Amino acid sequence: MAERSVIPFGPQHPVLPEPVHLDLVCEDETVVEAVPSIGFVHRGLEKLVEQKDFKQYVYIAERVCGICSFGHGMGYCQAVEHVMNIEVPPRANYLRTIWMEMSRVHSHLLWLGLLADALGFESLFMQSWRLREKILDQFDEMTGGRVIFSVNCIGGVLKDLSDEQLKTLLKVIDEIEAELKPILRTFLQDYTVASRLRGLGVLSPDDAIAQGAVGPMLRASGVSYDARMTGYAAYGDLEMEPIISKDGDSYARCEVRLKELLQSFDLIRQAVAKIPAGPIAVPVKGNPNGEYFNRIEQPRGEAFYYVKGNGTKFLDRFRLRTPTTSNIPPMVSMLKGCQLADVPLLILTIDPCISCTER
Amino acid sequence: MAKLAKSPWLLHYDGSSCNGCDIEVLACTTPVYDIERFGIYNTGDPFQADILLITGGINSQSESVVKQIYSQMPEPKVVVAVGICACTGGVFKECYNIKGGVDTVIPVDVYVPGCAARPQAIIDGVVQALEILQKKRDDFEQKKKAGA
Repeated sequence: MAERSVIPFGPQHPVLPEPVHLDLVCEDETVVEAVPSIGFVHRGLEKLVEQKDFKQYVYIAERVCGICSFGHGMGYCQAVEHVMNIEVPPRANYLRTIWMEMSRVHSHLLWLGLLADALGFESLFMQSWRLREKILDQFDEMTGGRVIFSVNCIGGVLKDLSDEQLKTLLKVIDEIEAELKPILRTFLQDYTVASRLRGLGVLSPDDAIAQGAVGPMLRASGVSYDARMTGYAAYGDLEMEPIISKDGDSYARCEVRLKELLQSFDLIRQAVAKIPAGPIAVPVKGNPNGEYFNRIEQPRGEAFYYVKGNGTKFLDRFRLRTPTTSNIPPMVSMLKGCQLADVPLLILTIDPCISCTER
Repeated sequence: MAKLAKSPWLLHYDGSSCNGCDIEVLACTTPVYDIERFGIYNTGDPFQADILLITGGINSQSESVVKQIYSQMPEPKVVVAVGICACTGGVFKECYNIKGGVDTVIPVDVYVPGCAARPQAIIDGVVQALEILQKKRDDFEQKKKAGA
């Protein structure tokens, strides 16, 4: 038997934009065990709920993570709105849906770029990020912010979109879709990409469910589950089917995310076509009293938001379970038996968001 | 600009940021903003880096990592704190696990505020860092001459 050696991976590593540490126990080039340790980005955000009132906390919730910023704000607001029995105006729900899907497009393009970078496919990385800038420009135009744009508030949204802006959005979506086609072709048909991703880190449907995988990870293993199907915000009015793939390997995860991009374009088009006129927010009176569990589908998977109010303006507890938290156990099991050179790629395929996980 | 001919290399580390500034730092290296056209290259290796970009405040666990990365970088070196969290702690200042800005641990030369800092601001910060780097390099040369 080959001798075992422990190779530390991270927290500072060229392939990781965020700090995470893994101890990789290796026999020659094969990883036999991976021990993750996290906490490099822990700030203690959940505790801040005792110092900031529930309306101010929207801005903190948005800063849980800079990539899924809009979704966290929306998830928190929806939870508080349920506790306070606030009916959000339909236009606000549609606007939230549009921004959420735009966030998904930007997050998935970002991930595709990072994946290409991990493969050593520099031009594909640049192309994905170039497309992503078009979405960020739209955010900038609509809200004034590029990545953290703070448009959520308890009771609705803060900014409205004019018909002109919605038309421009549709035009930009068409442009991105047209330019995405060659990128899509390269990811799905190129020999180089397929040879690195096919058969790597296979997760069976049973394992995926048992180990608690969520989002594109779960759907890539052939399990048809998407929290958007519960119909929160305006998703109930829009037509969609969860996108699944059968193989459960890294290639399938890439495929699911690429097809979700096309799905998001479709959802944005549907939402723009159906958006009703009316107010964008309702006034909020009183303080939250009671508790609620809210769940939404973030780009990386299902996220849970728990709030508990006590009748004062400060909440008792805010709890957040992020998709990466539940995707770490399947990642650790995938790492067992893989080659050392594939470790960065396997970590990337779960689309880790350490900042969300550690808060 | 003659000083840019030296092609400084960047190293980016996430202290405890929310990712907002991190992806903006990465966006600087991609086609629309593209700092590589100034000869600035984004490396992952502290031993070859001249400019350290840190995003986010410092917490008890990242403190030793930041100190280690800083000590691994060769002289002369410049530190740029990107984002309001890296400058002062920002909205996370009151969190129990945040010590404050980057300057509580290592000396910072340029502060880039913003939440998230925009790519234009980050590039401006890096250009200011270049001037400081050039000055430090001159001082370093002079000291070497005086010593020899």
